[in-house]
Amino acid sequence: MMAQFSQFRLKGLVLLAIVVFALPLFISNPFHYGLATQIALIAGAVVGLNLLVGFAGQISLGHAGFFGIGAYFSAIMTSNYGWSAIPALIVGAVGVAIIAWAVGRPILRLKGHYLSMATLAVGFIIAIILNNERELTGGPDGMPVPVFDVFGWELSVFGQYSLFGMDISGDLAWYLFAGVVLLAAVWLAQNLIDSPIGRALRSVHGSEVAASVVGVNTAKYKSLVFVISAVYASVMGALYGHFQGFITPSVASFDFSILLITMVVLGGMGSTIGVIIGAVVLELLPQLLADFQEAEMVLFGLILMLTMIFMPKGLLPTAANLLAKRRSKSAGGDA
Amino acid sequence: MFSEFLQYLFTGITIGATYALIALGFTLIYNASHVINFAQGEFLMIGGMATVSLTAMGVPMLLAIVLAVVLAGVLGIALQRLAIAPAKNADVVTLIIITIGASIFIRGLAQLVWGKEYNVMPNFSSDEPIQIFGAVLNSQSLWVLGVGAVLVAVLVYFFTRTLTGKAILATSMNKDAARLVGIKTQVVLMLAFMVSALLGSIAGIVVAPITFTSYDIGIILGLKGFVAAAIGGLGSGMGAVVGGLALGVVEAMAAGYLSSDYKDAVAFSMILVVLFFMPRGLFGAKVVERV
Repeated sequence: MMAQFSQFRLKGLVLLAIVVFALPLFISNPFHYGLATQIALIAGAVVGLNLLVGFAGQISLGHAGFFGIGAYFSAIMTSNYGWSAIPALIVGAVGVAIIAWAVGRPILRLKGHYLSMATLAVGFIIAIILNNERELTGGPDGMPVPVFDVFGWELSVFGQYSLFGMDISGDLAWYLFAGVVLLAAVWLAQNLIDSPIGRALRSVHGSEVAASVVGVNTAKYKSLVFVISAVYASVMGALYGHFQGFITPSVASFDFSILLITMVVLGGMGSTIGVIIGAVVLELLPQLLADFQEAEMVLFGLILMLTMIFMPKGLLPTAANLLAKRRSKSAGGDA
Repeated sequence: MFSEFLQYLFTGITIGATYALIALGFTLIYNASHVINFAQGEFLMIGGMATVSLTAMGVPMLLAIVLAVVLAGVLGIALQRLAIAPAKNADVVTLIIITIGASIFIRGLAQLVWGKEYNVMPNFSSDEPIQIFGAVLNSQSLWVLGVGAVLVAVLVYFFTRTLTGKAILATSMNKDAARLVGIKTQVVLMLAFMVSALLGSIAGIVVAPITFTSYDIGIILGLKGFVAAAIGGLGSGMGAVVGGLALGVVEAMAAGYLSSDYKDAVAFSMILVVLFFMPRGLFGAKVVERV
């Protein structure tokens, strides 16, 4: 059973790698690269959130707060204090881990709607601080973020790079980098899911009482996965800031928190590839709806509602179910 | 010194009464269906916006208010029938996303119909503020408090003295048992959403002259109502009223004495502190988890 799971997951990772690396064959426009990079980075954060929501069965309506801290910490340290991007990213992630641990212990005792409320409150408080500490963050107007650098080597969308002897544009380079980061995020998440920690988490999702009866320290594992998912958000937030070159407190907003969890639920809770599809769909949808201008919001709300009403398990699990049904039907016909 | 305090208290109680009405709307729907309706704030927006636009079209104020409330009620029923009922077996998170989708949809419609401008509604009675011990009380505040008190009294009467109200209560306690004694639980759910929408829209109308109104005011008002309901304890009507008033007063005091930039942060910190010590809010029912 476990081997089957792992095999299935490996297939997903390989499939994702093929899609990520084949995409540049079909797009060349810098705008499309930019969009794809943005989607890959947000998808990375969503993969982390899925560990909490899809596997441990907990809710967070404030995850953008951690994304925002990651983005702002890196932005402030690199621009005001001359730090290099990598140490800023790491220290930011450690800071977020500590915050998430401190906040997570008490609030993860809460259940259902009270947990939604508490995580929402944490996200809001972070967003309010980022909005109001104008001297540090630039307030609602936002702040510029320096170019991402690794040991003096800079990754800029305006740069020119060579890879395996090929000349590639900065847009493409950033996209490939984001793609690799996403693959690493997925690989890490899948390893975690198949580890003893992952089994403990799934048992918490199944029944918290049963899990604690058989000796799973549910409080510890819930906090742990909360911290891990917050660190995912922080790292992706830091990269997102460097990629965009400019951030505003909207990266930590309630709307963005809602968008993140919607990606998880729409794509399919508990399915790593599913939630990435959720991220792709919800990032592309506004682009497609932009033509409708005034009606964009109505259509977005309508599509969101209808999808969740008719596919409560999410896009990928619903599609997989349909496929399995059809397959078993045709197999039945053969026999 | 005292007049300053009194001033903040007036502001806090006024906005707190509004929060209490929103929280009551949350409570009603939560009790009947265990759904947290993130579109609750949109009912306030519909109430305020419809009244403003109807009066601008020349409809007399009182008729405009009645029409706006009816519109919100219809919307509440539609929300339950078209969005919540078909998804009855969905996860808690999925239901949250559905109501968020509904709120985006309603907001989008409002923006299409009414545009993005802020609208001002005149006070119901005189614009002349009332002076009390050096503090100024907007006459509209009295309307908010008065209407709020009447609504709470009507709700208490509805739930303790009428058969329909008792049917809603029975459904919230045990849906299967309610059905066994012949209560049409589907109708009850619809009623709960309708009453909740009526409450919200009336709150939206009485508070509109104070806060202005636009297509997007529903989000933050709805969230504050959720905070108030959680402070009081989800499902408790008494908790909703106490939570709403407490939230309003704390917010106004924080804005006055600390910093108006951080008044929302104080509200959200307050809910964290309350939940830290009382994981089910002030008056939330102790629930024994069945395994």
